[in-house]
Amino acid sequence: MPLKHQREYRDPHLSRQLIQAIKRTNVRQVKLMEVCGTHTMSIFRHGIRDVLPETIHLLSGPGCPVCVTAQPEIDAFIAYARVEDTIVTTFGDLIRVPGTESSLQKENAAGRDVRIVYSAFDALKIAQANPDKRVVFLGVGFETTAPTIAAAILAACEMKVPNFLVACAHKTVPAALEALMNIDQVQINGFLLPGHVSVILGRQAYQSFFDRYQVPSVVAGFEPTDILEAVRRLVDQIEKGQPQLDNAYTRAVSEEGNPKARAVMDTVFEPVDAVFRGIGLIPGSGLRIRPAFAAHDAAIQIPVKVPKSKEPAGCACGDILTGAKTPPECRLFRRACTPENPIGPCMVSSEGTCAAYYRFHP
Amino acid sequence: MTSEFISLDHGSGGKIAHRLTADLLLPLFDNPILSDMHDGAVLALNDHTRVAFSTDTFTVTPLFFPGGDIGELAVNGTINDVAMCGATPLFISLALIIEEGFPMADLTRILQSIQKAATRAGVQVVTGDTKVVPKGAADGLFINTSGIGLIPENVTIGSTGARPGDKIILSGTMADHGMTILTQREGLSFDSAIQSDSAPLNQMVAKILAASGNVHVLRDPTRGGVGTTLNEIAESSRAGIVLQENRLPVREAVAGVCELLGFDPLYVANEGKLLAFVAAEDAEKVLAAIQSDPFGREACVIGDVTAEHPGQVVLETLIGGRRIVDMLTGEQLPRIC
Repeated sequence: MPLKHQREYRDPHLSRQLIQAIKRTNVRQVKLMEVCGTHTMSIFRHGIRDVLPETIHLLSGPGCPVCVTAQPEIDAFIAYARVEDTIVTTFGDLIRVPGTESSLQKENAAGRDVRIVYSAFDALKIAQANPDKRVVFLGVGFETTAPTIAAAILAACEMKVPNFLVACAHKTVPAALEALMNIDQVQINGFLLPGHVSVILGRQAYQSFFDRYQVPSVVAGFEPTDILEAVRRLVDQIEKGQPQLDNAYTRAVSEEGNPKARAVMDTVFEPVDAVFRGIGLIPGSGLRIRPAFAAHDAAIQIPVKVPKSKEPAGCACGDILTGAKTPPECRLFRRACTPENPIGPCMVSSEGTCAAYYRFHP
Repeated sequence: MTSEFISLDHGSGGKIAHRLTADLLLPLFDNPILSDMHDGAVLALNDHTRVAFSTDTFTVTPLFFPGGDIGELAVNGTINDVAMCGATPLFISLALIIEEGFPMADLTRILQSIQKAATRAGVQVVTGDTKVVPKGAADGLFINTSGIGLIPENVTIGSTGARPGDKIILSGTMADHGMTILTQREGLSFDSAIQSDSAPLNQMVAKILAASGNVHVLRDPTRGGVGTTLNEIAESSRAGIVLQENRLPVREAVAGVCELLGFDPLYVANEGKLLAFVAAEDAEKVLAAIQSDPFGREACVIGDVTAEHPGQVVLETLIGGRRIVDMLTGEQLPRIC
């Protein structure tokens, strides 16, 4: 969105109209899930739960990339940092996530070389500047981030930077939605579909999911009026009993998405079964580096031994990621688990549900 | 916090940094002056003379940035801390830790900038020290400055004086300094015209104190930003704070960079702004006094002190919701998507 328009999408008058429309239509108890962590943060940051009727419950889903990264993957990242002559490069969010024994931040403080970067291309530059070291970029995130990381691998091939490696732990959104619908204790009346991911995938990517489950679904942007409009459409569909796959973020999301970005992604990555924290193994829900690019695959180039991974004891992150529990229902929340001393990833990540509750919820 | 090593979070100005001070430093050096935990120490020399004393160490990458450099920052930062005690800053010390191999031309430029900043603020550099350390033992140049100033007889400004009914004035836009530094760091290129707000606030403070005898708190929201500083004031004053989101001033370009990286401007450092807590009846006068200063033209009232939810800062959002503004925990980190 052009930034000068930001205020328009936070317009108090328009927001009030949307809230009124939602209140007029809504009769029954409704559970809506926002799948994306950026939605979760926006909902809290703008006080959106506060302005909605009490009958509408917003649940946070498995859309925070750091949070759904499985414990063995986190442990492998930490193991890479411990390998001689290796620089680990990562997006900032990951650095505090506790693994079974340590965290990247602790490794860094203990003298390992862990660097925060803003893009995989920054990591590529670090690799060029340090030809005698292996530079591992931690590839975490959904379809939003995967294309640029794929592009960085292609660039590394072209520019002949053999020491640039990617530890690939990417996950994909549509497969996770299906998995959620198959969990018994999860009952969701409608989905706010992620905006950024849909810019790449397009509305069409959810069609087979929608056809199978017939659950109201609306692609939503991230500003308050975007979210309120998407909620309004969902409530409308639910009350009328007419589920649709709708797009309330047409200024950024098209029917077919960004085919170029998807082509880059498909060139470098292929689908693989992946473990989501909290949900477990979901067939075809992850991405791995294709054999043709094995030279840049950290998993192949640097075999690491990962200790037997353990989820933190008592941590309810798994249930929170599926909307089965809210953070205050976790016995560690605000007691043993705080942003200063996080036990689970949902408290660490800036997009984590526990962090959002802790920071913003009275 | 249970950690074996110091991490960057311990220096963020947020909760983790507070914990370090409270757990490790305060118990060792405990005394009534220190436990005030204000920007500077207020020392009563006799019945009539009180001085404010403060110290600060400056490390910044890059050393030169749009809107200033480490030298100017080192002068302004310390005199601002002294000024926040209601004092008139008079003298500062200057200590340099220089890494072997540091370019002489850069050092000269930084010293000239210190000289200029001291002259502008009306303070003298009266003592100093220079150390050179081997290559790799420091990142170019670190500067420490300490400052002292005189507190006028009728002035009492602390960090615990916020009272229900007070208006909260912010002297200008938030987050300019922190976002400028971030965008200047290696590997981050933004085509945005933002610059640090580094500025001396002593003259602004003098104008504020001349305008009203009902100023209860003055603080400069540096590391940790406005959000963290307000939390500290709410906690130490046992009062609640309510902010209006539509009044929070942020430059458009700064808001844009924050949005892009997932930073909240409420937690980003400022180096030339102050927060003034003033009795409601004097708020207009104080606001006018701040706006008459060259560094306070964009000042505005951003919120109120309330007797409700003591210790807590609550934000009324643009769309009419309410949410908590918590203290920053550690360093803000850029998000993934």
